[in-house]
Amino acid sequence: MRALIEDLEHFRDQIRLKTLQELNHLGFGHYGGSLSIVEALAVLYGEMLNIDPFNPRSEERDYFILSKGHGGPAYYATLALKGFFPEELLYTLNQNGTSLPSHPDRNLTPGVDMTTGSLGQGISAAVGAALSHQLSGRSNRTYCIVGDGELNEGQCWEAFQFAAHHKLNHLTVLVDDNKKQLDGLTKDIIDPIDFAEKFRAFGFYTVRADGSSVREIYTAIQDGKAQHSQPVAIILDTVKGQGVPYLEAKEDNHHIRPNAQDKKAILEAIADLESRLGGEVTV
Amino acid sequence: MINSVTISYETEDIEMRQAYAQTLLKLAKQNRNIIALEADLMSAISTNKLQNQIPGQLINCGIMEANMMGVAAGLSITGKIPFLHTFAQFATRRAYDQLFVSGAYARLNLKILGSDSGVTAEHNGGTHMAFEDLGLMRLVPKAVVYEASDSTMLTYLLKKIAGEYGIHYIRTMRKAAVKLYEPDETFEEGKSKVLREGPDIALMASGIMVAEALKAADLLAEKGIHAAVIDMYSIKPVDHERIVEYARKTGAIVTAENHNAIGGLGSAVAEVLSEQAPVPLRRIGVKEQFGQVGKTEYLKEVYHLTAGDICRAACELMDGKKPI
Repeated sequence: MRALIEDLEHFRDQIRLKTLQELNHLGFGHYGGSLSIVEALAVLYGEMLNIDPFNPRSEERDYFILSKGHGGPAYYATLALKGFFPEELLYTLNQNGTSLPSHPDRNLTPGVDMTTGSLGQGISAAVGAALSHQLSGRSNRTYCIVGDGELNEGQCWEAFQFAAHHKLNHLTVLVDDNKKQLDGLTKDIIDPIDFAEKFRAFGFYTVRADGSSVREIYTAIQDGKAQHSQPVAIILDTVKGQGVPYLEAKEDNHHIRPNAQDKKAILEAIADLESRLGGEVTV
Repeated sequence: MINSVTISYETEDIEMRQAYAQTLLKLAKQNRNIIALEADLMSAISTNKLQNQIPGQLINCGIMEANMMGVAAGLSITGKIPFLHTFAQFATRRAYDQLFVSGAYARLNLKILGSDSGVTAEHNGGTHMAFEDLGLMRLVPKAVVYEASDSTMLTYLLKKIAGEYGIHYIRTMRKAAVKLYEPDETFEEGKSKVLREGPDIALMASGIMVAEALKAADLLAEKGIHAAVIDMYSIKPVDHERIVEYARKTGAIVTAENHNAIGGLGSAVAEVLSEQAPVPLRRIGVKEQFGQVGKTEYLKEVYHLTAGDICRAACELMDGKKPI
């Protein structure tokens, strides 16, 4: 277990570094909500998902859908580190003609299972994929990350009702509860009140986890896999800009076009991660 | 090509909804990957009777059209072939971004039946009366859009699209249509059916308006005007060649649709004519109005969708027609 967690923490650092380098190269982007899902991606792609970078559309694979599509940069960093495509491609993020657009596109990027970005829609597709496997008697699992702001969308709650009704126990929904959406704090815009209570009321097996701890995320997902009658919701307590204290503290950090001070802090964070990883950034 | 078929304007024995349910049953039994999705309108389209016959291939999603569209997308990414049904305005107006992004933009495989087309929504009234669905669907890149005019056509199209990849939308009424076709008729994408030949003017219609156009041709014949009548069931892609051919042959065209005069068949024909063969055109369709309750025949009068309206428009065009 200890070795596994150390490996996942190492992978987490690699994803964070690549995400920062990718966004820094572009010069602007969704820093806040990309960094807040790094730990979740590290656990999913480092350990949980049954996937094969050399056969990304294998029928046996587990499915992953990033319903909060604006987290694309962290998703791409993860896929590149897993070998779905060359890491150099990360520096084409959002460039003209790129295969790595701001929001994930299943037809452009190897390893991306579903096109997302119009919030509230990816979760329905995840539910559809989980239903498909249940109907066919297959054991594939489906994982989906939704944003806390995204849960403003009524469609998410339609999807949750559907998942619970059909007892889609091979579906795990991870809520990136980073407390902020584009215009400010979620509690000031549409107060979520209590996500865990809501998910329990909607028929989900629900656990909370520290979303900055790969150990807690790993334990929560394993816990969810052990039960067999309900879909699983994991409420991840995260912060926007996670893992980079300067960006965590920055008030307006959903989409950042760095000023000189921001840029300096980002470059320092990159240098810190590089030195921690000893210059080695492949898995 | 059919030349001047005799059509008796008799209502079919089978309702369009029965044709849908029966065809879906056959298709689902042939192909386990076909999954029918409904949004609490199973009994409205007769699929409720299939529940025990195709278990695991018929899912009632409840009253959540947006989620149904997304679930269909999720089924499609795993290789299933979702057939979705709901009323036309829910399938398009209500779940448009889901259809557009999760379905079409994601290049997935969705077979969508929009029922209760236009005035055939009758007593469900303005909230349920879609005069916009064809226009919305025409705007979806690569979507193929049909309006079925009888049960033979609907059955044929359903079987056809089951074997084709992409976004297919079929618009239909639920009750029995006027019988137009024999069971061995075939219907290709981007084509049309000439039901009656005539050198003076071409009446191009779809759905319930095909029968009105045929009646209008009878009225015109009494006045010595011989009209061609064409069933333009493929709204997108529309039959460019046929439109140009009849523009050149007759020099005047009237379109007729149970839909907003903007965005649907009339617009599709106008686009082709204006670029390729400009001739005088009149569009019979709903003009800047919402739906309302009423029987189909009454609503046809209210929205000027009758054979008489088509006949009048044709006569106006004939009066001003100049040779091209």
